[in-house]
Amino acid sequence: MKPLRLRRLSAQVALVPTWIIVIFAYIGTILWTIRISFTSSGILPKYDFVGFKQYDRLFQSSRWTISVENLAIFGLIFVIGCLVLGFLMAVFLDQRIKGEGIFRTIFLYPYAMSFIVTGLVWAWILNPTLGIQQAVQNWGWHGFTFDWLSRGDRAIYLVGFAGMWQSAGLVMAILLAGLRGVDEDIWKAARVDGIPPWRVYLSIVIPMLSSMFVTAVVLLAIAVVKVYDIVVAMTGGGPGISTEVPAKFVIDYLFNRQNIALATAAASVMFVAVLVVLGPWLYNQYFRQDRRAS
Amino acid sequence: MTAETQPRGRKPRRLTASRIGIYAFLVFAAAFFLLPFYVMIVTSFKTMPEIQQGNIFGLPTDFTLKPWSTAWAHACTGVNCEGIRVGVLNSFEIMIPAATLSILLGAINGYALSFWRPRGGNLIFAVLLLGAFIPYQVYLYPLVRMLSKVSLYNTLPGIITVHVIFGLPVMTLLFRNYYVAVPVDLFKAARIDGGGFWTIFFQLMIPMSGPILVVAAILQVTGIWNDFLFGLIFAGRDHLPMTVELNNIVNTTTGTKAYNVNMAATILTALVPLIVYFVSGRWFVRGIAAGAVKG
Repeated sequence: MKPLRLRRLSAQVALVPTWIIVIFAYIGTILWTIRISFTSSGILPKYDFVGFKQYDRLFQSSRWTISVENLAIFGLIFVIGCLVLGFLMAVFLDQRIKGEGIFRTIFLYPYAMSFIVTGLVWAWILNPTLGIQQAVQNWGWHGFTFDWLSRGDRAIYLVGFAGMWQSAGLVMAILLAGLRGVDEDIWKAARVDGIPPWRVYLSIVIPMLSSMFVTAVVLLAIAVVKVYDIVVAMTGGGPGISTEVPAKFVIDYLFNRQNIALATAAASVMFVAVLVVLGPWLYNQYFRQDRRAS
Repeated sequence: MTAETQPRGRKPRRLTASRIGIYAFLVFAAAFFLLPFYVMIVTSFKTMPEIQQGNIFGLPTDFTLKPWSTAWAHACTGVNCEGIRVGVLNSFEIMIPAATLSILLGAINGYALSFWRPRGGNLIFAVLLLGAFIPYQVYLYPLVRMLSKVSLYNTLPGIITVHVIFGLPVMTLLFRNYYVAVPVDLFKAARIDGGGFWTIFFQLMIPMSGPILVVAAILQVTGIWNDFLFGLIFAGRDHLPMTVELNNIVNTTTGTKAYNVNMAATILTALVPLIVYFVSGRWFVRGIAAGAVKG
């Protein structure tokens, strides 16, 4: 047997690629991004220091304000929609129904597809001239209008809706696994006591599934902050700038509008926001548990 | 996460009103989820004049396969009219090495972190964990600069590297959580038998890792195939993946929109992840549960 030090060494050597990635691609890039956000860089990076000037500009830019508002609207529709629809589907699937496997497969298949595909399909269905509106008018309801996709004040709702279509199955899958873990005795006890099923779900089952709900919300929240593809595919940020989102703001200013200082300031704001919200949860989830276990 | 067992809800009582309500809800929900797929299919078999009439939900009256061949071989992105087939090849060229490398690296990480407890292991784990949640926008610009420094920006190895970098958190978590459940005594026995780091990894751990390798493969194959952002920024003109090609074809501003061709191209792009989904069945759900990074 080799001495202990040597054996540990091979573990360290095996982790060299990971160390390189962690140091350069994760820590290094974040610090670099934050550094640029305090400069006056345009197309090329300039390493001067202008304080919080870019952040001032950012929060005065209506494009950014609209992006943040849209993120909130999208996030609310997407997360609440997925949770409600996903929970209902899971509960109804858990009633010893025939063809459960088929229903489950149908509910989850959109999740296998990309947000690009999702966005393109829904943009076509909701097309203001040839989509649902025209179809319903052809069926005889001539006054029917549904042109939200071309309306600046409504298009973002549809993006949230399309996102919900893609991801609701995810919540269904997570919660269904949770429902299958609920003790049969709880149902027997409730039946004996004559408690109606909806009441059992509301007061007993949902609290029991709270950790699964948290998991689902975290997964959905990550998707919300990262939302980019579906907007590009479905509306391209339009009409005008009415469906812009922060992630798209950053990409646009980095690669099309050549203002990397403003773009990195926006990226830094996103980073800090996520850190503040998720940091405590992550610590709780992983490191406190680890200590208890060892 | 609990393994799925038989349904354990309330016992069904004959065909009561509530049973009918349950089925009505499920059928309605299924129709909602299937509708876009149905629209994609019927649109892709219609001619443009028929589409102009506006019966988006109607079956094709003038059935044609032309949109499919156009989408495959002649659809235009700007001045390029080579169809979506270029993107298919690019996507495979990106996906196969990127998935393989990130799974291998994730397995090595998970194994090293859970059994060898190397110095700095907690730091690696913390950074990767946080990295999985942070929006990619924070990394993009410096990464572009770093990759162009080493001449990897806008190249095939470059986009593969990017996928490996950002696949690493989930892959590491996946394998770490799997190996943590492996009895330490097994590992200790292998050590007493004189097994070194790599011997134990390849001869003991990998043969035991079948299920988690399948889950990792499902996650990476669908994840990398469905990626749009990295392909757009890092792949370069010659290696654009299918998702980017598709968006370019559909959202091109020149010429009249050929919705039938667009939908055919969209189905073609969704095909690989859909096949993975239907073939893998319950494994896909396990992948979701595992991707849910439960510690």
